[in-house]
Amino acid sequence: MSSPLVRALNVHKRFGRLEVLKGINLDVEAGQVVCLLGPSGGGKSTFLRCLNHLEKIDAGSIWVDGVPVGYRLDGGKFHEIRERDVALQRTHIGMVFQRFNLFANRTAIENVMEGPVYVLRQSASAARETAERLLTQVGMMNWADRYPAQLSGGQQQRVAIARSLAMNPKLILFDEPTSALDPELVGEVLSVMRDLAQGGMTMIVVTHEVGFAREVADKAVFMFDGTLVEEGAPAEVFSNPRHERTQQFLSKVL
Amino acid sequence: MTDVLGPRIPDGEIPIVPMRKWGRWVSAGIILLLVIVFVMSMRHAQIAWGDIPKFFTYHTMIVGMYMTVLLAVVCQALGIVLGVIVAIMRRSSNPVIKWSAWFYIYIFRGLPALLQLYIWYNLALAFKTLGIPHLFSVSTNSVMTAFVVGVLGLGLNESAYYAEIVRAGFNSVDHGQIEAASSIGMKPSQAMRRVILPQAMRVIIPPTGNDFINMLKGTSLASVVGFHELILSSTDIYSANFRIMETLMAAALWYMVLVSLASIGQYFIEKKFATDRSDPSSMSMGKTVRRSLSMRGVFHLSERNPGVAL
Ligand SMILES: Nc1ncnc2c1ncn2[C@@H]1O[C@H](COP(=O)(O)OP(=O)(O)O)[C@@H](O)[C@H]1O
Ligand SMILES: [Mg+2]
Repeated sequence: MSSPLVRALNVHKRFGRLEVLKGINLDVEAGQVVCLLGPSGGGKSTFLRCLNHLEKIDAGSIWVDGVPVGYRLDGGKFHEIRERDVALQRTHIGMVFQRFNLFANRTAIENVMEGPVYVLRQSASAARETAERLLTQVGMMNWADRYPAQLSGGQQQRVAIARSLAMNPKLILFDEPTSALDPELVGEVLSVMRDLAQGGMTMIVVTHEVGFAREVADKAVFMFDGTLVEEGAPAEVFSNPRHERTQQFLSKVL
Repeated sequence: MTDVLGPRIPDGEIPIVPMRKWGRWVSAGIILLLVIVFVMSMRHAQIAWGDIPKFFTYHTMIVGMYMTVLLAVVCQALGIVLGVIVAIMRRSSNPVIKWSAWFYIYIFRGLPALLQLYIWYNLALAFKTLGIPHLFSVSTNSVMTAFVVGVLGLGLNESAYYAEIVRAGFNSVDHGQIEAASSIGMKPSQAMRRVILPQAMRVIIPPTGNDFINMLKGTSLASVVGFHELILSSTDIYSANFRIMETLMAAALWYMVLVSLASIGQYFIEKKFATDRSDPSSMSMGKTVRRSLSMRGVFHLSERNPGVAL
């Protein structure tokens, strides 16, 4: 049996006295799409940020492709690694943000080329070729030379997805990718994500789009107050949630 | 209907009568009066106005003007370089580096520039020689020329102020930009160079012009440590010919010229950096972008990608 691509073991995280993650265990197989749902403030973003070490965990461990994130295992101990080595690990883990976070001083295509050229040290022409292919894939090639401020939210988010794809990641984390969008723009982003999922990309998606989760996810996971209370196949958990809090939550969002 | 709504609306074009702006006329009258009083008193003043051009172009005066510009440029350059370094140090996760930078700003911004100049000037009283023991050493007095004293006194003071300007610029960059840089695997130094600094420029550049204008005038302090800039040159001139007011007026004229030139430069630099690409209202699409880009010469879009039009 092969080990999962992502494995979170008993992850704890606190901000000062506030315990935000209280022992999270989660496995994600390669090619799986996992949707993470739950009320605001439950720790979903924090967990996602721990997965690529934007936040340091206080206890437990996170493994991506068999390697501990943010640490080196040596002599039975986790040794913190330098920020530049964490940066290297992050090249394999894409991230798409609620607020897009495209580089404001670069055009759409420059945003997509930035990582390949300056992090992966690809030639500009190779990076441009990849960027053009990816922008075409997300339907943004006609806006390649626009600045983020000149694009709609949905367009910016599609460029942001292309930007993380350009790093050829093993996994992409999505933190409420459609929550900042006007309702009529949600569809174009979800459709890009649906295509990605069908293409076999491993994705962990924090979302309130139950329809998307039901249709695309292999696994739906519910997080309340820093604990995962329920997980399972979407068809199962959305129709027959076992846990009382899941039932309450679903009755509000459905 | 018209009875209920009030007066009947007249047919055709209705002329608009602009409001009388009495305030403008009154203030203009007062200012004019003050100008007349000033000019009259200047005519009676014991100043030979006709001699000012002569002093303005005195060799000593011209050299002083060059020295003022030289000191201001060198001090400002030093201030910018050290200021950026100190501002970056203040963001360090290493507390020793962070607090050293804080202390540096605390000292060099806290002490009057004049005091700092005097301390550098008198350094030889504390340290006869400078260098590394057993390796090399030089006499302090031979190193601490008036120019070096001026550069240290004014440049380090400026660097402490400039570090705060740069820090404000860094803080103006949205934290999401830095997270995005991390998420594509940029090292902190790369994120600084590629993402934070370029976006902070918009906030950093305008006060830089201001600082330089201040620096042009601030170099006059270096006259007390014997640096022959405009003020010391002027006192040299008038202690020889006793035409004090005329000489000072000539120096004043030079300062106005220098400051005006710097202001013009500042205007153009600000205009160049003011195009805020994160704010769509500050520009129209396409043309403005391409114009500002070709002006900056940073990205050559058309060169790299001739096929795609904006
Ligand atoms: N950097 C931080 N410092 C302090 N508290 C934080 C920080 N980030 C998140 N929190 C707190 O952690 C809790 C979980 O937040 P978050 O992970 O954003 O939840 P969710 O994404 O599920 O809405 C919230 O109470 C939030 O206020
Ligand atoms: Mg969140």
